[in-house]
Amino acid sequence: MAEQINTNSYKANLEIFSETLQRLAVEDKNIVAVTSDSRGSGKLVPYGKKFPEQMVEVGIAEQNLVGVAAGLASCGKKVFAVSPACFLTARALEQIKNDVAYSDNPVNLIGISAGVSYGALGSTHHSLHDYAALRAINNIIIVAPADNFETEKAIELAAATDKPVYLRFGKKPMPPLKEINEDVFAFGKGRVICEGDDVAIIATGEAVYPALQAAQQLKLQNINATVISMHTIKPLDTALIATLAQKCKAIVTVEEHSVNGGLGEACASYLLQNGYAKPFKIIGIPDEYTVTGSQTEIMDHYGISGNGIAESIESLIK
Amino acid sequence: MTTKELQQKSINYRKKILQYIKIANAGHTGGSLSCTDILNVLYNKVLNVSPENFSSPDRDRYIQSKGHCVEALFVVLADKGFFPEEDLNTLCKYQSHYIGHPTKKVKGVEQNTGALGHGLPIATGTALAGKMDKKDYKVYTLMGDGELPEGSNWEAALSAAQYKLDNLCAIVDKNGLQITAATKDVCNTDPLDKKWEAFGWAVKEVNGNDVEELLAAFNSLPFEKGKPSVIIAHTIKGKGVSYMENQLKWHHGVPTNEEYELAQQELDKALSEL
Repeated sequence: MAEQINTNSYKANLEIFSETLQRLAVEDKNIVAVTSDSRGSGKLVPYGKKFPEQMVEVGIAEQNLVGVAAGLASCGKKVFAVSPACFLTARALEQIKNDVAYSDNPVNLIGISAGVSYGALGSTHHSLHDYAALRAINNIIIVAPADNFETEKAIELAAATDKPVYLRFGKKPMPPLKEINEDVFAFGKGRVICEGDDVAIIATGEAVYPALQAAQQLKLQNINATVISMHTIKPLDTALIATLAQKCKAIVTVEEHSVNGGLGEACASYLLQNGYAKPFKIIGIPDEYTVTGSQTEIMDHYGISGNGIAESIESLIK
Repeated sequence: MTTKELQQKSINYRKKILQYIKIANAGHTGGSLSCTDILNVLYNKVLNVSPENFSSPDRDRYIQSKGHCVEALFVVLADKGFFPEEDLNTLCKYQSHYIGHPTKKVKGVEQNTGALGHGLPIATGTALAGKMDKKDYKVYTLMGDGELPEGSNWEAALSAAQYKLDNLCAIVDKNGLQITAATKDVCNTDPLDKKWEAFGWAVKEVNGNDVEELLAAFNSLPFEKGKPSVIIAHTIKGKGVSYMENQLKWHHGVPTNEEYELAQQELDKALSEL
């Protein structure tokens, strides 16, 4: 067993989002947060108190949230439209497609409590479709930061970029993926967390940490894993995937998303179309009525855990 | 520009709308003809928008929510010098930017529209940015009465009232018909004035095919300080061509050669009788 880390001493990525936004808003009056009765769950109460003039509340109306955000962005505002990922990327999908992506209005869409973060609240509140839905839309960058470092950098970059960005966050406190971190963060460039030649684990968002736990477990069995935080689902770092395919004997992807249409299928598509035939597995939520339970229980059930990922890899490469 | 000159423009715009729909062999004929006078008055008398100031943050904004009536918009934008009119010969042709809905690839278009119920939320955000930045520009959006059942319109209507956006003006082109049948028989939104009022808007109703009435309404904006304004413009779908007026089949009908000649003759006659 890998060492279990008490995550309670860490901050949720969403808290880092809020802190970073507050820091940026001091200097830049064009930063605007737009919420749909979601400032509490978006950790934006302190932001709202400090910057009431840079906060727009539309009430529980996600289509309007995105349309208003697009209008604001078209006038030079650096907009962060914040709403639970389940509603933002389903109910307002047409506004994302047309008003943001197609119209090239550089809104930063912040999907909060994503994946199965809402656990026992059930499928209405889960977002297992967002990567799939947004990957099929032209002109939007899709990012799922894994830890506080990636979150801070991603928010800074999102504020600075003039392209639409979707940023996906869970709720859990997230430990740093590296104790000593000198990585450069850029959209579209995967982050190498650890290296080994037996298997590459390409994970994204909050599924990277269990992937790292799996790598630690596998090491005890002399299986050496590379772990990649593929924080940017689109554009995908295909150069890195090619390197991994040449180096490693097998490839596994991990995501808190449906196995259909997400990171795994994006990697599979690249690998197959470029002649890389390796043992390959997509770990995610299968296409079924999702099991009920807490977020941890759901993820454990589907093997999105240190143990589960390690077991999948063992059976893949044995 | 005198009233008569405006009226002449409307007729000439209608002639060109039909001309380019005929060349493209596609277009939303009836709705483009119903909203012609609204676009005419906006672009020739109301909007502080020109090819020269189109990148200025201080310009007025016009967002066409009923994007399918793009032929009317393109004809007016060409007349205002945003692009050469002959570009419209490529309307709906392979690799043309002049597609069947507004796109920002055409100079003068503010937002890509076409899916209904999108204009008002974007216009609301644009008006909100104007308030935040203490700008004097106004934001206008043209909606069809057939698109009003889209819930996103009413979400935005609430926000616009909440934020007291009296720099925002929605115009409903109430021509009373949509693709299936009369709007009142498909999904009745009457009494429309009461609905907007209930959502916190100041309302005026005008004959939307009368340039003087339209101009008077635009000149009295905002109708009430601290409230967004809506003009319910009662129009005739297919206006100006007798056999098209109030006829469902001209929602996106393209005239035959004979019908086209007849329409142009009617419009020429109207021009000569002004």
